[in-house]
Amino acid sequence: MATLLEIQNLHTRFYTQGRVIKAVDGVSYGIDEGETLAVVGESGCGKSVTALSIMGLIPWPPGRITEGQVLYRGQDLLSMNAEQVRQIRGKEISMVFQEPMTSLNPVLTIERQLTETVESHVSLTKKAARQRAVEVLTQVGISDPERRLSQYPHQFSGGMRQRVMIAMALICNPNLILADEPTTALDVTIQAQILELMKELSKQYGAAMILITHNLGIVARYADRVNVMYAGRIIERSTAREIYGNPKHPYTLGLLNSVPRLDETVKKKLVPIEGQPPDLGADTPGCRFLPRCRLGDPQTCGGEFPPLIEVSPGHWSACFKFDQVGKVAS
Amino acid sequence: MTEALTQTAPSNGQPLLEVKNLRMYFPVTQGIVLQRRVGEVKAVDDISFSINQGETLGLVGESGCGKTTTGRCILQLTRPTAGQILFDGEDITKYNNEQLREVRKKIQVIFQDPYSSLNPRMTIGQIIGEGPHVHKITTSKQETESRVKELLALTGLPTDLHSRYPHELSGGQRQRVGIARALSMNPSFIVCDEAVSALDVSIQAQVINLLEELQEKFGLTYLFIAHDLSVVRHISDRVAVMYLGHIAELAASRTLYELPLHPYTQALLSAVPIPDPVVEAEREHVILGGEVPSPLNPPPGCVFHPRCPIATDICRSEVPVFEEKRQGHWVACHHALSERNLAAIEGGKGQAQ
Repeated sequence: MATLLEIQNLHTRFYTQGRVIKAVDGVSYGIDEGETLAVVGESGCGKSVTALSIMGLIPWPPGRITEGQVLYRGQDLLSMNAEQVRQIRGKEISMVFQEPMTSLNPVLTIERQLTETVESHVSLTKKAARQRAVEVLTQVGISDPERRLSQYPHQFSGGMRQRVMIAMALICNPNLILADEPTTALDVTIQAQILELMKELSKQYGAAMILITHNLGIVARYADRVNVMYAGRIIERSTAREIYGNPKHPYTLGLLNSVPRLDETVKKKLVPIEGQPPDLGADTPGCRFLPRCRLGDPQTCGGEFPPLIEVSPGHWSACFKFDQVGKVAS
Repeated sequence: MTEALTQTAPSNGQPLLEVKNLRMYFPVTQGIVLQRRVGEVKAVDDISFSINQGETLGLVGESGCGKTTTGRCILQLTRPTAGQILFDGEDITKYNNEQLREVRKKIQVIFQDPYSSLNPRMTIGQIIGEGPHVHKITTSKQETESRVKELLALTGLPTDLHSRYPHELSGGQRQRVGIARALSMNPSFIVCDEAVSALDVSIQAQVINLLEELQEKFGLTYLFIAHDLSVVRHISDRVAVMYLGHIAELAASRTLYELPLHPYTQALLSAVPIPDPVVEAEREHVILGGEVPSPLNPPPGCVFHPRCPIATDICRSEVPVFEEKRQGHWVACHHALSERNLAAIEGGKGQAQ
């Protein structure tokens, strides 16, 4: 399938208190039409900042995209002017945010918030816009949408608000949905409802989805391909089955070993990754994961950052010692 | 300690803590000056369980199910509406403040949010040393300081942290400070209220391992409250599942995960994705419709019936009794052992393996 969006060598930095935080440090990835791609990593690894950079939502000050391109169907979003970006953002690329409690405007009705998007992108009459709003609300499983339209966000539960967010993302028939931790704030049974809904609707709309999450279980259930991020870089990329079955980066392996599994039959001791994630403001040479790595040694890994290389067809890893991952008893 | 680890039903064995028919109703009032009572939120409605010495009981459920309120009642941070909480055989709900102060040395808590549960104006040393100082466990400044250093080392923190402030620490380090504070009183029982939920997975594993090591070392007993079923399964000997103020099911953790008798437990387990795409592709996903009803106006009969796939007429009218359906396996469901339910469990298992 054709590539829908291509991020090339993206660098996003934050300038705070005299320091430069390299939140995204040379990220490249592409997503095909209709595909579900997961970006997984822990807090501060740059997965959300990447999404905000795609959308042109990095606030200046303190943040700035210093390098790189975001090609949407061949056009660079980063070199467009505000008006051109507005044509695409919200219409062709839409976003579902994490916090359903804070990402809806509390003083506007659901109708106003939903129709605002359609009215500004597609020239629809007020009536037609309202009709479209009712239609998407029905699709996301909100009963009695006519009445619900005139209500305010506080009258909705967390799960319902997230459904409204999804409705808002879908209302203009997007080609790409960026879902930034869409279910993190929700309970598990509601989380399952929302994710099933997103999967079904993205299929129905033929939209591609970038699913940003820290939950390895969600990735396993819903993603086709996976990018693992650590400290502002992608350190491993492959299909979900490869990543989970045959990880080629010690960080990925560490993550998989540190989550308790629901289906564990014998109680195994968890193997955590020791230490803390690195300070993104520090300018340390070499692999960022080295201080926490069981395999690394300063001679091989301390010089330059390991490049992301293809270790087997379709499987990329940024580790000099990828061939030893999982083989050494740890 | 070893014999205490054997899993027993709520009624037998030598429990350290027993909760009997606990109810916690919060009044809902209207009006500012003359506050009329217009209803009550039944946060916890008639629950009973016990925790044995050295055991970890997991308490899981979704937000609003009453798991945190249960923890707060045990800590006597809220006085329950009715019921008994027996700690070492004595009913602590009858205690006066003086007696409570004594018993609180033995019952400690680790809170969820490592950012808001530490006083930002106190140093780490003051935070950890406050308890021992107030309770006169340590008598001099030097003694308190050495106790603090001992606790820091015990929880895997560098000892020079004692003069730092919470904002200088990472989330994982703060949670360790919370654990050190709980341990400072030499407690026998700790309520861990979502103690690892706010942490990233790699850090979460560190803290879970620490809690397990400390339990082994000091023979601690935990009530582990969490919403993450995978974590609860990992750490607990027995697990209680709560729904809308009631305990739906209580069993040894292995039994509960392999043979869940309550339809809610089944749905809850099915909703949790397993981090393995091969397993996930073959699992059957039971997606529960609807949402948790308001505890202000819970449904009659079984509180789960509006969302239950096997509910019948009796579920709409009669509250199911929480009883031991199998050895050590307590369930509150009219149809727990019905053929249909057992077939559903078998079917689900076949899919899962």
